[in-house]
Amino acid sequence: MKIGVLALQGAFIEHIKILRELGVEAVEVRLPEDLEGLDGLIIPGGESTTIGKLATMYHLMEPLRAFAARKAMWGTCAGMIFMAKEIGDGRSNHGQPLLAIMDIVVDRNAFGRQVDSFETDLDVPAINNGEVKPFPAVFIRAPRLVAAKGDTKVLARLADGTAVAAQEGDWLVTSFHPELTGDNRFHKYFLELAKRNNAA
Amino acid sequence: MSTKNGQSGQDGVGSFKVKAGLAQMLKGGVIMDVVTPEQAVIAEEAGAVAVMALERVPADIRAQGGVARMSDPGMIKEIIQAVTIPVMAKARIGHFVEAQILEAIGVDYIDESEVLTPADEEHHIYKHSFKVPFVCGCRNLGEALRRIGEGAAMIRTKGEAGTGDVVEAVRHARAVLGEIRRLQQMPDEELMAFAKTIGAPYELVKETKELGRLPVVNFAAGGIATPADAALMMQIGVDGVFVGSGIFKSADPAPRAKAIVEATTHYNNPEILARVSENLGEPMVGINVSSLPESEQLAVRGW
Repeated sequence: MKIGVLALQGAFIEHIKILRELGVEAVEVRLPEDLEGLDGLIIPGGESTTIGKLATMYHLMEPLRAFAARKAMWGTCAGMIFMAKEIGDGRSNHGQPLLAIMDIVVDRNAFGRQVDSFETDLDVPAINNGEVKPFPAVFIRAPRLVAAKGDTKVLARLADGTAVAAQEGDWLVTSFHPELTGDNRFHKYFLELAKRNNAA
Repeated sequence: MSTKNGQSGQDGVGSFKVKAGLAQMLKGGVIMDVVTPEQAVIAEEAGAVAVMALERVPADIRAQGGVARMSDPGMIKEIIQAVTIPVMAKARIGHFVEAQILEAIGVDYIDESEVLTPADEEHHIYKHSFKVPFVCGCRNLGEALRRIGEGAAMIRTKGEAGTGDVVEAVRHARAVLGEIRRLQQMPDEELMAFAKTIGAPYELVKETKELGRLPVVNFAAGGIATPADAALMMQIGVDGVFVGSGIFKSADPAPRAKAIVEATTHYNNPEILARVSENLGEPMVGINVSSLPESEQLAVRGW
């Protein structure tokens, strides 16, 4: 199993470290040719405008869409914004480039500014694997899932009902940052999606 | 008992993890000094991960002299309105009320900065008691760990701001990274004496040895003016770069800003670095740091 992490900007080293701890080959992706031979791709947290602009400049948008059409992909925070079909934050998005693949509507910086960033425990039945244990979720200037459409199912919600993780086929999105915690259950879950996709 | 000089976090809001976590999201990126909302939009368009809102860039502070203070909150708010990326602003060293004001208007990161005139010549701000995260400058490992001990969630090596001369940025990054490499070779029984020598908290010295890096994100700053300068700092081993006067004091800021962003991402790819370095026009004029008397060096501020 070989997983790529988009390394244009952001917290890519954290994802690579967890993947390697799980015994998976993990590589940095900066150019279209880096996608060759990968079984799945993670788009990390970072600044979604920066990631979108660099992906456009280095002709990654179409190769990333083509990759997503046949492989597993997971976006954390900025990655979730980047994968969304629609951004509904009421502010101008300054022409922010989006992959626009997943049938979700996302609200950017929906919880406020950095002073409102927070940590909380989440109940995520999909990753529990029989053992009920809360997932420590870190939200940093986080986006919110406003709507999950079509076949998209919500995997986790905050106590007030706000959706913060979702899945559509072998695509996964989380508003929060599993790469900043010691808990690797989301990474294991994503590897299962990549494995399932390979077998199909 | 420490004074409560800010609003401390509750219920996981403003915890150290979320403060240090924002810096982790900025890694591999460029943070640009801007003095107007128009410049902030140019920076965002170029792919900056954050902007530093201030009234004068360091080159102008240097040229004009006088006391340099926190910028007008009204002007910082206009910049916050103009962009979606995080906005940082500077407070004077030790001036915790300027920091309270910056927290109140919603800046995303405070730079307790030697570029401004220090307000306290012995003590820095106690940063743990704020919800907003702080970045602080350092010239060596001891200074970095003292700032982290006070609550800094991000470190930048100081360099010499407003000069366009990268030599001090290199010196300070090499000092920090070299001391960490030396620390990793050190047997545990020598750590206490090393902590004493460099004036750093023992627990943080121990943690740095275990991690093999600073416990928080470390950017380079002070004198970066070209795409090659940015890539040099990345190859030396920092997590990202601040560019102050280097962009908006150059002849043509927008293409230079974009080129520095590209160089920071593709820092290990000389073909890309060559291409983005072409036809950028004149860089900022600059001052050789070796010609500056110590009284005019900003990096010596901080204790």
